[in-house]
Amino acid sequence: MTASTFSYALEVVNLKKAFGGLAVTQNVSLSIRPGERRLIIGPNGAGKTTLFNQISGDLRPNSGSIRLFGSDITHLPPYKRAHFGLSRTYQIITLFTGDTLEHNVTLGLLGLRRARWQMWRPLSFYGNMTTEARRTLDAVGLLQLATHPISDIAYGERRRVELAMALAQQPRVLLLDEPLAGLSNTERATVKSLIASIPRQTTVIMIEHDMDTALDLAETVTLLNYGRVIVDGERDAVIADERTREVYLGT
Amino acid sequence: MKWIGAALLAGSLLLPPLFAGDFYINLASQILIAAIFALSLNLLVGFGGMTSLGHASYLGVGAYISALLTSRYGFGHGAAALLSIAGTTAMAAFFGVIALRASGLGFLMITLALSQVLWGLAYRMSNVTNGDNGVAGLTRPAPFGISLDSPISFYWFALIVATFALVMMAIFVSSAFGSSLKGVRDQPRRMAALGFNPWLIRWITFVYAGFWGGVAGLLYVYYHKYIHPTSLSTTSSAEALLGVIAGGSGTLGGPAVGAALVLLLKNYVSAYLERWNMLLGLVFLFIVLVMPTGIVPGVSRLTTRLRGGVR
Repeated sequence: MTASTFSYALEVVNLKKAFGGLAVTQNVSLSIRPGERRLIIGPNGAGKTTLFNQISGDLRPNSGSIRLFGSDITHLPPYKRAHFGLSRTYQIITLFTGDTLEHNVTLGLLGLRRARWQMWRPLSFYGNMTTEARRTLDAVGLLQLATHPISDIAYGERRRVELAMALAQQPRVLLLDEPLAGLSNTERATVKSLIASIPRQTTVIMIEHDMDTALDLAETVTLLNYGRVIVDGERDAVIADERTREVYLGT
Repeated sequence: MKWIGAALLAGSLLLPPLFAGDFYINLASQILIAAIFALSLNLLVGFGGMTSLGHASYLGVGAYISALLTSRYGFGHGAAALLSIAGTTAMAAFFGVIALRASGLGFLMITLALSQVLWGLAYRMSNVTNGDNGVAGLTRPAPFGISLDSPISFYWFALIVATFALVMMAIFVSSAFGSSLKGVRDQPRRMAALGFNPWLIRWITFVYAGFWGGVAGLLYVYYHKYIHPTSLSTTSSAEALLGVIAGGSGTLGGPAVGAALVLLLKNYVSAYLERWNMLLGLVFLFIVLVMPTGIVPGVSRLTTRLRGGVR
């Protein structure tokens, strides 16, 4: 099954979500093509992460539907979506701090394999998983720290482990929630080139506030405000749009 | 260093029967039973992050099934043991579905409530359970024709079962599934996003813990040759939980050490002090203040620090 046989990698149709009286997602529709690089922007509280949480299954929408490569995943629990080829990272770093970098990435691999139910063989029995985890750590430039616990490494390095866990899964659709948040300029450049090197088999949808870096990575942009899609389209068209300036660029 | 520790442990387990009196041998047997029970609870508390205050249900029901089947319904010990373990495990499967609707404090309250129901039934259904009088006049099994009536033979039997239980639970927690379980304990949301089914992982562990709770119950009833509703009480659950936390939850040996401590305090101190619970409380407080992660992690940290100082 190749990605190109479907017209859309991810389709969100009329998604609605309210917390009590507060409508955080109002009729959001998105159509993202296989291999596309989509940037989602919007002011704080625009509902970007809430939208991600609905796509990944952490939150149930009140109505609307979500389709991944043509299959309706609206009512699937998060773990089943992962098996459909959806991976995500978190704005707030969510790692296993007592475990090594290698173990963290291996968990990403284990999650998609039957070995996760294996009750008498240790994880170390699966040497190929360790090899693959180390290869991914190498790709994000952290191989030399592979056997250190997460608690030993710096914030910027944790951001990269966060990315490595998702990349190791070789997802069809990857949701990146502020992958550059809190990074120094040098670290930004590193992570930017990492994201740029993600293979085209993976569709990338990214929330990011750092426009200077993120716009270079994006082909298409969606602007959200108060839970609504304000502008949606090719990068340059969205940037040039008057409404974008009004809502986001604030000039 | 590890070998010295292992040799000391093996020595302390293998030597007592050679010189100790019956009192101490019996005490050692009870410690082994309490250790299996605490280890099984630790699968939930330490490795699964599911703090249960109703684990006595499995010990008590395991014991009652065997007691009633052998004394009232004429079953042999072999068949009774199998039915007892199967029944306890099936109960864990059912209780797990109920209790795992919640997590954290909610989970704790549901396990507590379920165990209270069983405790109440054991008291009130006196036509079956003999109520407050308990079921007395039980016998010990004789596996392969070897009588377990003497303290020494029972000790060896308990030691074999306890060793087997420890090995089985050690394999379980260090397996790939064990990694899934610890991951779900630490970051359930992340684990779900990575493709793990947190509910099913917790439920399987709950059932496995119930199984070993039932095994502890069988040994318990064989040892005492008597069973009373107090075995199902919250106190019984709480003592095991205390042992797990005091010894070091989430470690393999910790709960066994903790269970031994609770049992020794109970047996020794209660001979001199009416209010032995008070001393148990003080000891527990001391452990929590000095070694918040428990005795086993605390002591191992202390020894590495001391050795580092010598060098």
